[in-house]
Amino acid sequence: MFATNLNAAPAIAFHHVTLGYDGHPAVHHLDGAVAQGDLLAVAGPNGSGKSTLLKGIAGLMRPLAGHIDLNGLETRDIAYLPQLAEIDRAFPVSVEDFVGMGLWRKTGAWRAIDGANKAALTNAISTVGLDGFEQRTIGTLSGGQLQRALFARVLVQDSPLILLDEPLSAIDTNTTTGLLQLIDRWHREGRTVIAVLHDFDLIKAHFPNTLLLARKAVAWGKSLDVITPLNMAAARAMSERWDDTAPWCGDHRT
Amino acid sequence: MMWLYDVLLSPFVDFAFMRRALAGCLALSFGSAPVGVFLMLRRMSLAGDAMAHAILPGAAIGFFIAGLQLIPMTIGGMIAGMTVALMSGLVARFTALREDASLAAFYLISLALGVLIVSMKGTNVDLLHVLFGTVLALDDPGLYFLASAATLSLVLLAVIYRALIAECVDPQFLSIVSRSGSAAHLTFLTLVVLNLVAGFQALGTLLAVGMMMLPAVTARFWSRTLNGMLGVSIVVAIMASIVGLLASYHAAAPSGPAIILAAGLAYLVSLLFGPEGGIVWQMMPRRHRTA
Repeated sequence: MFATNLNAAPAIAFHHVTLGYDGHPAVHHLDGAVAQGDLLAVAGPNGSGKSTLLKGIAGLMRPLAGHIDLNGLETRDIAYLPQLAEIDRAFPVSVEDFVGMGLWRKTGAWRAIDGANKAALTNAISTVGLDGFEQRTIGTLSGGQLQRALFARVLVQDSPLILLDEPLSAIDTNTTTGLLQLIDRWHREGRTVIAVLHDFDLIKAHFPNTLLLARKAVAWGKSLDVITPLNMAAARAMSERWDDTAPWCGDHRT
Repeated sequence: MMWLYDVLLSPFVDFAFMRRALAGCLALSFGSAPVGVFLMLRRMSLAGDAMAHAILPGAAIGFFIAGLQLIPMTIGGMIAGMTVALMSGLVARFTALREDASLAAFYLISLALGVLIVSMKGTNVDLLHVLFGTVLALDDPGLYFLASAATLSLVLLAVIYRALIAECVDPQFLSIVSRSGSAAHLTFLTLVVLNLVAGFQALGTLLAVGMMMLPAVTARFWSRTLNGMLGVSIVVAIMASIVGLLASYHAAAPSGPAIILAAGLAYLVSLLFGPEGGIVWQMMPRRHRTA
């Protein structure tokens, strides 16, 4: 449905992108492109700008400099899976309604969820193995179950571009296997998938391409070429410096 | 059975002011209680209190211009409440200050202004009216206003319902797929102010927030779903209105505090015996299922 075409324009092109907080760059002068249908892992030490990069692509943060070209895709058509901590689990919303948020672009704030949309919703909940949990509130779910609900929401969004922020952190092996099968299915369907991950063995086994980030791109290419001891040492050395007296970056091309 | 009639019905049958008070409180129950549930779930329970104080200078200026009259005081209260809500929202958005801190700053400024205006212009009796309301002296415009506020409140809540829930659960997600998040938040704040302004006609600025929050936190002990909480909160507010009005009639006590105390009693009983986490049930030896 989203056929991979290597000659097509890239799904995402970064033009000298700088993203950050209070003038400090979390992602600094990133250039490069993500091909249509790519399955890309974003890795790097804590504070290296991985989540910030996803937020930038999803339009949750405006770049301090440069711009991100989504090849005509609107940010509201992106499927974004946040970290679990971003969800207010105490709010008494049912699993069905929570997953149903993924239908927003089709139903908006008022239309009923019925017909094909309802079928897609039921199907998605079933696909992630949460049958019978439809009416449970999300506060009663375990971390792994809530993560599956988030995956179900991505499923119903049916988006050509999927951003996953730490989708497999603190998830047991069984659930991880199931979720990786879903990611694999999205890849086969030709969707572009970008995931922030920490497990390098898992990346090498399942993700063809990797962007190793430490504010700048330390390395970007085939996972096996990127994940080398040399690159990882370089990434560790580069990240997490926050210097209030750092000079202003002279390069403000946009 | 005559005594039952005397206790429960005759006050409302015999006296028009009791019927008006009841009608006003019922309208307030439908408007305020659901808004309170959302405040509670957004961890903004005390924000309602702050907003209630923020309304005072607007109402006081209305009072200053036109005396103890509904429309000017309502418009003034709405303007003051919305100003404080918007300013603290903007400050939270564009500075390092969190929304609760900036709300505290603005409402205190607003409250001080209000007390200043009322005490310079009015008498102590007027101040008491503003602070504690006059539910037993509701006139026709007052009743119409309470009914309109409740109607508008329920309709608007229905309109923003889905967006507001999404905004509470996962605001980032909503802001990606739609721009309705801030509109929903803003509409919700307007509803808070509207219901507090409506409430202070009847119960005064200090107690209006009681009709909003007490039924809401009581409902938490009776239902675990949102719809359930909304329903229970309205029922609790209605029961508190009836019980409070009757108690104030028979004991010749002020009705505003009596209504809020009745709601408070409902809260304490629910805290002990409510099926969703009431203390008594938690202390009982508890059974558990095998899976």
